[in-house]
Order: sequence, then C-alpha cells, then structure tokens
Amino acid sequence: MMKYTEDHEWLRVEGDLVVVGITEHAATQLGDVVFVELPEIETMVATGDEVVVIESVKAASDILAPIDGEIVAVNDALSDKPGMVNDDPTGEAWFFKLKVDDLSVLDDFMTEDEYNDLIG
Amino acid sequence: MVGKDRGGILRVGLACPQGAGDFRRGFGGCMTELARTGLFDLHVELGAKMVPFAGYEMPVQYPMGVLKEHLHCRAQAGLFDVSHMGQVILRPKAGMDALVAGLEAMMPVAVAGLPEGRQRYGLFTTDSGGIIDDLMFANRGDHWFVVVNAGCKVGDIAHMRACLSDVAEVEEQTDRALIALQGPAAETAISGMIPAVMAMRFMDVITAHSVFGELWISRSGYTGEDGFEISVPNAGAVGLVKALLAHPAVAPIGLGARDSLRLEAGLCLYGHDMDTTVTPVEAGLTWAIQKARREGARAGGFPGAEVILPQLADGPARLRVGLRPDGRAPMREGVELFAAAEGGTAVGRVTSGGFGPSVEAPIAMGYVPSALSAAGTQLWGEVRGKRLPVTVATLPFRVSTYKR
Repeated sequence: MMKYTEDHEWLRVEGDLVVVGITEHAATQLGDVVFVELPEIETMVATGDEVVVIESVKAASDILAPIDGEIVAVNDALSDKPGMVNDDPTGEAWFFKLKVDDLSVLDDFMTEDEYNDLIG
Repeated sequence: MVGKDRGGILRVGLACPQGAGDFRRGFGGCMTELARTGLFDLHVELGAKMVPFAGYEMPVQYPMGVLKEHLHCRAQAGLFDVSHMGQVILRPKAGMDALVAGLEAMMPVAVAGLPEGRQRYGLFTTDSGGIIDDLMFANRGDHWFVVVNAGCKVGDIAHMRACLSDVAEVEEQTDRALIALQGPAAETAISGMIPAVMAMRFMDVITAHSVFGELWISRSGYTGEDGFEISVPNAGAVGLVKALLAHPAVAPIGLGARDSLRLEAGLCLYGHDMDTTVTPVEAGLTWAIQKARREGARAGGFPGAEVILPQLADGPARLRVGLRPDGRAPMREGVELFAAAEGGTAVGRVTSGGFGPSVEAPIAMGYVPSALSAAGTQLWGEVRGKRLPVTVATLPFRVSTYKR
C-alpha cells in the first residue's frame, strides 16, 4: 500500500525499507525530466533534507527526505534515463530506499484517497 | 517532495501559477491584471497551461509537453501565438527618405537600401551603446512594418514616437494577431492556402488576401527553422489558426519549447541575453551592423556609436558565447562562470540555459571575457555550490535551416 506526502511523494514499504518516488501529478507538473542527481548510499538523512535534485525542461526542483533514515539504495538507472520519471513515476522511477527505525511513522502520511482529495 | 522549487516555472501544488521562470523577469505576476490574445480561448480548448508572460496570459505548453513540442517543431511544423508582441506601422509624414533617416538615427543598422518586400533585423540602442530592444522591420512600400518584443513594446512605441515625431505616424496594430508557423513542413502546411509563400525566401515579406482577412507574411521566425510569421486581423485569427492546425503536420507549441528552440538556434532573448547593459558587439550581433553604418557617409550617427564603433574596430572586452556543460546537469540563467575548478572570482555568468532536446544535452549561453571566448575554452560553472566543467562552444548549437 502506498502512502503519500503533501509534497507529492509516494512512500512504499518493501520489507524493512521505505521506497520513495514522486507522484504522477508531480511528474506531470514538473514536465519532461532531463536530469536527476541522486544521493550517495549510506547517507543518513533527516526529514526535510534535500536528497535528490530533479531538473525538468522548465526548472530545477528538490526532493526532500520525507522521514529520517539511511539511504541504502538509489535508482542509478535514472541518471541515464531521467525521462523514466515521466514515463513510470510510480513504478520504475523510484528514487531511493530508506532504512528507518520504525515503520509506524508511515501511519502519519496520507492514503491514496486523501492524496487524491488534496490534488483534487 | 518536490517542494523546494528553485525558482523555476512550476511549483507543484501551488495555487497561484508562477508562470515561466525563464520568462518571468520584470513582467507580469499573479497580482497583475493580465491581458489575453485573441487566441486565448483556443489555447484553453487545446489544453494549454497558461502562465503570465510580459503582461499576458500565454500558453507555456500544451498536453504534448515541452520536449515533444520542441522535437515536433524541428521534425514537422509548430504553430506559435506571438500576438503579445508589438506590431507597429510607421507611415511617413514628411517623405520616405526622412523616415528612413529617422530610423537610421535610432539603430546601428542600415535601413536605406532595404528593398520593398524585404525584412531586416534591427536593434534600438542607448546613448551608451546598450540594447533597448531587438526587432524586425520590413519595407512594405508606402510604410514600414515593425515587430518588437512584448515585454518592451510600451517603451519601444514611446521611444519611436519621441524619435520619429517629425517624420512618422507611429500606429500600433492592436486589432491584429501574430502567428508563427515554424519547421520543415511549414511551407507545405500554408502553401495550400497561400501558394505565393512558395516563392518567398528568408526575410521576404508579402501581403496575401485570404478568407481570414489581409495577411502580412514574412518568411522568418525565431526557432532556427524555416517558417513564417503571419499577421492576421483579430477577427480572422482563430479561423486561420484552426485551418493551419487542421494540417496533420502542424501542432501548437508553447513558450517553453519556443525558449529551447531559440536557445539551440543561438538566438538572444531580450531581458536575458541582452539588455541595456550590453552592446550589440558584446552580444555577438555584429552581423546586424551593416558596413554602411561602420564606414562612409552613413557611418555612426546612431545612439551609442562612440562605444559601438570602437568595439567593432578593437574587439569588446567581453562576449556572448555558447556553453556546453560537460556533464548532464543543466546550467541555467544566473550560474556563475569561473576560469578554474577552485578559487578565483567569477569571470562571467550564464544568461540562458537549459536542456536542448534536439542537441540531446544541456546547453547555455553567457558572457565571458574575450580572452576566454574561443571555442574549446574550458570553464567551470557553479551549480548548487559545486563547480562543474563547461566548454565554450560555437553558436548556434544546431545549424539553422532558413530558406536563403
């Protein structure tokens, strides 16, 4: 089950990890993505840290860490094919995987219905 | 989150559309009363995202998206609404020679000798040699037709009225739309309606009669592609645009792709790559200053000649250059340029930059000291606190395909 942030990220639990990407809505709003800068793995991040830079044909945006944790994997394929963010934002184009202390922090985030209401 | 926007076009989830970052400077914002062109309803119907630009609500992109719109224009034909630009007729008050002389007193550009039915690129300059605006002017027999940038048109018209008060009636054409049709299929798309376009060469202008009213057509544009700019009465504008869009090769293109198209073509955007602080020589526009204004009876006699003519002779201290970042990260407007990977102060600045969809790489333009302006010169651009290598490149990034 996916959870959503007000900043248009999706969070998906995979074993004891949280996979993070951006929503279809965000990808559409950003426009064609031409560059993605990913963090180093084994980086400890705190909520709100700038973790990823996305550049579209229009502008640069940051992805901020939605929760505290350790970056344990990044999607290197995005460096060569940034357009994946537009083609499959909620599948192939995940950005990074976080190891967190307590998965229950996800309970605070929105459900799909709540998120759809937000972007309504 | 996609929260922290770096000041670009879009801010996800923001209620107030911020408009085109690259187009926004000094122009309209959310609080401003925005004007609409006669094609506004059609843009909305076509699914355009409308943003403030130069005081107008303009389409920044259609559902196809900036990247595909750009590539479509290069492969087939793109249709642009440029009705926000200023269309001005200059009618002689005291004979045509006096009007021509009046225009030559405003620009470092040859006006005399331009044949009827031809258009030329011009520049209004300040007394210190800076660029007030760039423009197109055409000899249409008993009058001159001038097209100026949207963001500058109020000032340009006042400037023309002040400078040409004794020699010309300055008539802004507020009842006409302006459409650009650009790309390799542009001629095919319009020639069914207006066969006369087939005989036109780059920078020719004609008057054509159509069911949409009298069209003033030039074979020109600002994408690096062959194509046309078509002035049409507002009453016929929607009909003309719909007729052109009915051609399978033609798609509507927004300001986003217009920007990347002109950047690949190495063309300056006023307010970014040029303004009153740079001269035409520094901006690499010496080709626009004909020999007749450099030497002989009509040399000089334009604002800023004392600055511009010596720069032509001796070379300017700085120059606009093309820039190719070595990596994939775009270097956008405002990125500072350095001569070394570490230390030192900035030697220049990026004035336009982004991703070139046809070049398939990031591209930029900026100003650097002349000593560092040779193609192949290695520089560094500071992006998000890191100095990334960038190489000076020849302009344009992509060879233009004008029909000479």
